[in-house]
Amino acid sequence: MERLTFTLAAAKQAGGLRQQAIIGVVASGNLEVMLERSAPSGTCTFEIETAAHGFGAVWEAVLNDFVARRAAGGLRITINDGGARPDTVALRLAQGVRLIEGDEA
Amino acid sequence: MKAWATQKATRAARIEAGSRYARGKAVAAADLPRFLDAVLRPGDRVCLEGDNQKQADLLATALADVDPAKIHDLHMVQSGVVLPAHLDIFEKGIARRLDYSYSGPQAARIARMLFSGQIELGAVHTYLELFARYFVDLTPNVALIAAVSADVAGNLYTGPNTEDTPTIVEATSFKGGLVIAQVKEIVDQVPRVDIPGDQVHFVVEAGKPFYVEPLFTRDPAAITETQILTAMLAIKGLYAPYGVRRLNHGIGFNTAAIELLLPTYGETLGLKGKVCTHWALNPHPTLIPAIEAGWVEQIHCFGSEVGMEDYIAARSDIFFTGLDGSLRSNRAFCQTAGLYACDMFIGSTLQIDLAGHSSTVTASRMAGFGGAPNMGSDPRGRRHSSEPWLKAGAEADPDTHPHLRRGRKLVVQIGETFGDQNVPLFVERLEALTLAEKLDLDLAPVMIYGDDVTHIVTEEGIANLLLCRDRDEREQAIRGIAGYTDIGRGRDRKMVERLRERGVIRRPEDLGIDPLDADRRLLAARSIKDLMLASGGLYRPPSRFRNW
Repeated sequence: MERLTFTLAAAKQAGGLRQQAIIGVVASGNLEVMLERSAPSGTCTFEIETAAHGFGAVWEAVLNDFVARRAAGGLRITINDGGARPDTVALRLAQGVRLIEGDEA
Repeated sequence: MKAWATQKATRAARIEAGSRYARGKAVAAADLPRFLDAVLRPGDRVCLEGDNQKQADLLATALADVDPAKIHDLHMVQSGVVLPAHLDIFEKGIARRLDYSYSGPQAARIARMLFSGQIELGAVHTYLELFARYFVDLTPNVALIAAVSADVAGNLYTGPNTEDTPTIVEATSFKGGLVIAQVKEIVDQVPRVDIPGDQVHFVVEAGKPFYVEPLFTRDPAAITETQILTAMLAIKGLYAPYGVRRLNHGIGFNTAAIELLLPTYGETLGLKGKVCTHWALNPHPTLIPAIEAGWVEQIHCFGSEVGMEDYIAARSDIFFTGLDGSLRSNRAFCQTAGLYACDMFIGSTLQIDLAGHSSTVTASRMAGFGGAPNMGSDPRGRRHSSEPWLKAGAEADPDTHPHLRRGRKLVVQIGETFGDQNVPLFVERLEALTLAEKLDLDLAPVMIYGDDVTHIVTEEGIANLLLCRDRDEREQAIRGIAGYTDIGRGRDRKMVERLRERGVIRRPEDLGIDPLDADRRLLAARSIKDLMLASGGLYRPPSRFRNW
């Protein structure tokens, strides 16, 4: 396993009321994403455990695009990755933001 | 005095030699080794029938068992190198030279044997190209073919998987060659005559059907959200604006996703009856929901597909069928249809370079071509017009007078930016080039040349290469949809944005598509069982696809 952490500026504050959201599963080629409202506003933090080594630069590129496109400010995002491809990572992150934007369950 | 009928004399001699082991035209399977020793001659050009679907498997095994001291230096001219026996023939020194088209399952072994010089390679062809050469400079002396049944006169019933058989027999039998067929059984009367008996010289009763690979079955359960997104992009960004009615789909999960989105997503876009009505296509099980929903007018097939026989027979308004009710497929005619009568080919590949060349060859695997380069090429001999063809031609060449302008076939590559094991789809240099250098080939095995490709679709969007005016634009258009691959991250962001403003690159949001809508619930069938239910129980999936 490889551990990666990133703290990125995230201008758009996450909307909605939910405190926490989980999406995806830890499986080969897939990933589990947990989102919590526990980062300072204006930033988004990522803690990643990944089965695939040596993809730090790709993760950084995916996460930078994610915080630029989606409302992720104030989120602490924890990822358990089973070697998912970047398109799957981007999709799960977007799904996670949509989920946490929902009303309190 | 020159003799002008030596080929017929040779055939008569072969028939006489073979008849010692035959009763009429019937040869017992147990006598096959001695029979083949009697009819074959060293240096013969032999067509052993087999492609990506059907296999003359009994005859392949028997040929691999002949005595190489007697029969050697054969020149094999065949569609597929697929069974282990196809390569055993070379390993044992029975055959030396090979001209072929497809070698999917033997890709690694054939590459090793080419490297070690055990096979002398003529060329790797497309199916149609190899068939063409059967009539010009690669005419077989002996054809070993496969059918379902025969009568005592040698009339053959090939059933739904007719495929290459009529073409092989035509080339061999009318040019002095010998035709030997394996059949499951010899019957009093065949259900329909696919090959007339006077073109067939010997028949071997195998006691079991020839092997058929269910190559065109894709399990909807394995389709990913990203593949669904690429399918949505293709339907809304290509099928709709060009009005593509006549087309071929390559094998793969992306095209399977398109087929399964037609009755759902396609319906909401109001496209029924406007796209995907006429096909050159094998009977893909994933097309069942679209057929049942009334999208499809007709389909001509290269071959059949295991388990689809009863469904096809019950849908004769859609498929080409014989008097017996079952499918009549024909690879040569369907390849011709795919080349000249279709406005779009869309398929997946393993590697695409910055010029848009694509290949499924890697440094250690030689998978061959099959039919894709034929379907996926712009036919320069085309002279009839259609809306998509004219529109694509105008995009590529806006300045020429419309009445003198060639149209363009839409040749689309579709895939995810990263494939299995996170291997990138986009590369600086095709591994096909490395293989060509290692084997000292004149041509790198390129599946689809860049100048034939009109669009590339990934989850990042659609690159319209017709609108690119020079090499730099083309390169940046490809980089622009290459996502997080090294090629994608190496893009010139400003130039990519300019290309996007011109519509050369269209992102999901430019087409009004939210990637979050790419949900498996959009699939008209989510499992093989759903496909079976959609067919009213007529589709009978092979056991390996049954998990209920």
